[in-house]
Amino acid sequence: MGLREYVIRRLILLIPVALGVVILIFALLQVVPPTRRVLVYLTGSPKELSREVIQGYIKMYGLDQPVWVQFAIWLNEVIHGNLGYSEYTGPVLYNLLKRAPATIELVIYAAPLIILIGTWAGINAAVNRDKTFDHISRVLSVLGTSLPSFFFGIVLSAIFIATLKWTGPGRLSPQMDSYLTVLRRLGQWHDYTNLITIDALLNGRIDYFIDALKHLVLPVTVLVFINTATLVRVARSSMLEALSKTYIIAAKAKGLSQKEVIYKHARRNALIPVVTLSGLIVGGMMTGLVITETVFLFPGLGHWAAYAAQRFDVPVVAAYALFSAIVFVLANLIVDILYAYIDPRIRLG
Amino acid sequence: MKIKVPERFEPTVKEIKFILKRVKDTPLSLAGITIVLFFVFIAVFAPILAPPAPGLNPYIIPRDESLGFRVEPSPPSSTHPFGTTMLQRDVYYGCIWGTRWAFEIALKVIIAIVFIGVILGLIAGYYGGVIDEILMRFTDIILAFPGLILAMCMTTVLTQAGWTTIDSVLLSIVLIGWPGYTRLIRGETLRIKNEDFIEAARAAGSSDLRIMFRHILPNAIYSVIIVASLDFGSIVLTTAALSFLGLGAPTGWADWGRMIYDGMSFVRGGLRWWWSWTYPGLFIVFFVLGWSLLGDALRDVLDPLYRRK
Repeated sequence: MGLREYVIRRLILLIPVALGVVILIFALLQVVPPTRRVLVYLTGSPKELSREVIQGYIKMYGLDQPVWVQFAIWLNEVIHGNLGYSEYTGPVLYNLLKRAPATIELVIYAAPLIILIGTWAGINAAVNRDKTFDHISRVLSVLGTSLPSFFFGIVLSAIFIATLKWTGPGRLSPQMDSYLTVLRRLGQWHDYTNLITIDALLNGRIDYFIDALKHLVLPVTVLVFINTATLVRVARSSMLEALSKTYIIAAKAKGLSQKEVIYKHARRNALIPVVTLSGLIVGGMMTGLVITETVFLFPGLGHWAAYAAQRFDVPVVAAYALFSAIVFVLANLIVDILYAYIDPRIRLG
Repeated sequence: MKIKVPERFEPTVKEIKFILKRVKDTPLSLAGITIVLFFVFIAVFAPILAPPAPGLNPYIIPRDESLGFRVEPSPPSSTHPFGTTMLQRDVYYGCIWGTRWAFEIALKVIIAIVFIGVILGLIAGYYGGVIDEILMRFTDIILAFPGLILAMCMTTVLTQAGWTTIDSVLLSIVLIGWPGYTRLIRGETLRIKNEDFIEAARAAGSSDLRIMFRHILPNAIYSVIIVASLDFGSIVLTTAALSFLGLGAPTGWADWGRMIYDGMSFVRGGLRWWWSWTYPGLFIVFFVLGWSLLGDALRDVLDPLYRRK
């Protein structure tokens, strides 16, 4: 079986899971009484709506119809981008798109750091097994799995934000943020990507770049510390396993230096299981973002979802769950394909 | 004194001796067990360590009336060793009863998901075929979600449907927890059911039920124990995270996550009111740490892959 057939087969397998995810969310929504559930379909504020109008909407979206009819109507709405209306934050899809850049900005700084630090520490811990480096990294990784991200975030913000005042909550300091609207109006700031650090560089505003970067340091630290721990463990044990293989003995017998054996022969093979783990890290990030953004009042998707959960705002929470499941499933798909690409045994076996 | 052990228990006694020796040799396992036992002690003796007012729900942290209705926490003193938090609720009391609450939640959830996992896993692994296929696709769907987010969604929905937040949190953690155990037991069942002794039991006329519960389950249970002890901490961590998002125990409840959530409004004061969020935070950290060290220790002793190394 070639790589192409493998990818096609994997894509076909995706369909039942994707359908299942949608059905599960729909099933959860069924628990909510129709007068509240109708929010999932609305495109405008329900506050002005009278009882009769709500009843009209219930009829219109078929909430009094059999379940499968309801499911078809709902799925149709979701596919056409209608995710409903939140009483607290407005149209769901609009907010999803508006808040995504802040979250993406966090992820593009955190994800590479997690992977680099995780594999580097794991491999070095295995190479220096039972030496100081190994002990320190093991203690840190146990701590990383036991330390709740919200507690870690609170400690950091109490020290660095409230006491030392090195940085603040949000994406920019308040003055910078309000001046940004002025700059936009003057035509001196263009939102190319909506990622502030990158836009700042493109607009030639180093001061904005530094300010945005300062606001990213703490949330990125929390995300990295919490998510790296598992990666270090897996990288360490897979490197230990690779080092015990016969091809390593063969490489050593050939007279290769220690460095060549470790970095050319063992590390490549040790990194294969690490690739599979990166899919899991995406899931961990989706969770971590909800907590981290809440602690640092970072105006991204996670903060929005947490704010909604506190108010039992069903449309937003359901949309976020659906969104994160789709991202998670796609990430796992990409990981599986990468995995097959790296390791021929998978697609040939 | 030498206790005479009946012959059929001899392997068990030998096993226990081996386990104790292994535990004694690894300092981290010993640390894990000590921490867990310490928490068990706190949970069991909570009524003595922090006596609740008679006739009231002991999980609601009492307010110190003598300090009035001031919102700001009061610093640690002789009457309040860990200080007080929002509205003069005693932090020490909250941490002690929070331990008991953590055990209560984790035990309820673990029992429920192990029970579901054992039944479904045995059925899926033993009978295979269509039932297996359906159950596994079902676990796929649940595992397609990041756990905490699915739990968050389910809690929100159940609360809207009129459930209490505590019940909805428990049920949602069960929902995200059972697929892992079902898969674990299924895998073990698949491995064990082809062993010779199962064939022998079948030839001797054992029923399916007897084979599943008498022959397969006892051989599969070790891995469940390992995973369950590793999960004990993470269940508490998930509940705490949900409490921190405002989903779960109401304000004033002896729940570590909720106490941190309440204490978060005092973080703006920097380290000025540190006791209001530091103590519950440390309790969570050590609780989770203890269980994950214990889980590692159990894996070292029980898992055949690791044990003889």
